[in-house]
Amino acid sequence: MYHKTQCEGFQCEQAMLEVPDGVEAVREGVLDRLIAWMRQKSLFVLAYGTGCGAIEMRPLMTSRFDAERFGVIGAATPRQADVLIISGYLALKTLRRVIRSYEQMQEPKYVIALGSCTINGGMYWDSYNTVKQVDRYIPVDIYINGCMPRPEALIEGFVALQARIKNGEKGGYHHYRENIDWYKANQRKVLGDQVPPAYTYDWYHAGDVA
Amino acid sequence: MHAVVDSLAMIAVSYVMGFLFYGFYRQLNARVQRRWGPSIWQNFFDNMKFFFKSETLTHGPMFFFGPMIIMAGAFTTVLFVPFLKDSDWLQGFSQYGNLILIIYLLVVGPLGNALAVGSSGNPFGVMGVTRGLTRLMGLEVPFFLGLALVMLQHETTSVHAIMAAQDGLANWGLVTNPIAFCVILLPFIASQNGSPFDVVGAPVEVYAGPRVEFGGRLLGVLMTQNMMMSIAKLVLVVDLFMGGATNILVLIGKAFALFLLTTVVSMVFPRLKTEQAVDFFWKVPLGLGVLAVILTVWLPSWSA
Repeated sequence: MYHKTQCEGFQCEQAMLEVPDGVEAVREGVLDRLIAWMRQKSLFVLAYGTGCGAIEMRPLMTSRFDAERFGVIGAATPRQADVLIISGYLALKTLRRVIRSYEQMQEPKYVIALGSCTINGGMYWDSYNTVKQVDRYIPVDIYINGCMPRPEALIEGFVALQARIKNGEKGGYHHYRENIDWYKANQRKVLGDQVPPAYTYDWYHAGDVA
Repeated sequence: MHAVVDSLAMIAVSYVMGFLFYGFYRQLNARVQRRWGPSIWQNFFDNMKFFFKSETLTHGPMFFFGPMIIMAGAFTTVLFVPFLKDSDWLQGFSQYGNLILIIYLLVVGPLGNALAVGSSGNPFGVMGVTRGLTRLMGLEVPFFLGLALVMLQHETTSVHAIMAAQDGLANWGLVTNPIAFCVILLPFIASQNGSPFDVVGAPVEVYAGPRVEFGGRLLGVLMTQNMMMSIAKLVLVVDLFMGGATNILVLIGKAFALFLLTTVVSMVFPRLKTEQAVDFFWKVPLGLGVLAVILTVWLPSWSA
């Protein structure tokens, strides 16, 4: 997870990606652990295909791979979703919609980035209108690499995310809230005046989120 | 004191039965589609997760009070349906109410829904509510006609008296008045939002329908009331047609049998369009209902 106070530049960021930062747990008590345990059993995925990787989510949700075994099912609207899957490359135009959708989701919320395009641009590494590192614009909890990853890999990613939720680790949404200015600056850098209006995220500044 | 404990017990029983029945439904559905499906507790996990999510959006006070009205409607419906017969327990306030009151309470839910969704202003939500109220127009008439037939047959509006009249399998409403059961069955599936008539939530078509703006805690409330309301309706039909139940296990067994029947129907048939559903209700169940009224009124010896 990038942080505004930490280094800038591609080499440095790559190094940070490889070294996992210390696990910060936020949940302590028995009740919190019970809630976290129930929460990881039920992950609603926002059915929003941003790129070609979305084609791997259809077999995942249907009979062949049956993600409902893990409590993973599709949600129609961002309001009801827990997990946003960035399925492949993000064009700048899509990024705006993704940010808007992400901010509409209710906390706790998680982001799974699917495919190499989300990590370093993948085959779009030199494209003029594709986002290279999704993590600079919205916080990513789990990366699943591959071009494209198979549904098995996606299930693996979901199981890893469930383990993190169960352990009460700090989700990406904490980072988003704490570093909202850094994320917004990054978004403004690529989107210009197309950045979503302030009322979509100013409740992050209000501090105590209901 | 007894009333308070009894009411809480009824609410707890309907909630637990609700999420277990729906968990079973999801598992059975999965098996029909040749997959494993979630655990039977899945609905409980989903519900609890929603209760512990944040709720950051507001669309004015009505958006908040709408789910509360629906929830209050579900609670009162549960409390006015007697769960057991010849028992002091799980009665709620049913001795103060009758079938006509329950009919009124059944409409509180859709009304609260319309109020809440209307204030959110989401076009998909409004579309869902419109479809819901259109369907209500279709299903209410045959449903209430069926209930009226039962009242006519037993010449009372008291659910207790109707239950007491059905002592033994040969006196079940299902046996003595099968045509009323047929009249009620399809509108009953529709009021449970079962598949051929699930035009309100219509997955994919109108996103989440009326619930499109709800996420987090309010959605948890809506989910809870949905499960409790389903159980209240199931128990009501068990009371009216299957002779009620003398203990909780019999109740669960009978309600489960009925649930299985409606589930199997909804698993096999795909969704109808709104106008098809209304057309169907005005033709088949209503036609059957009119026929049943004629039979019951003019040929009382036939049905009684």
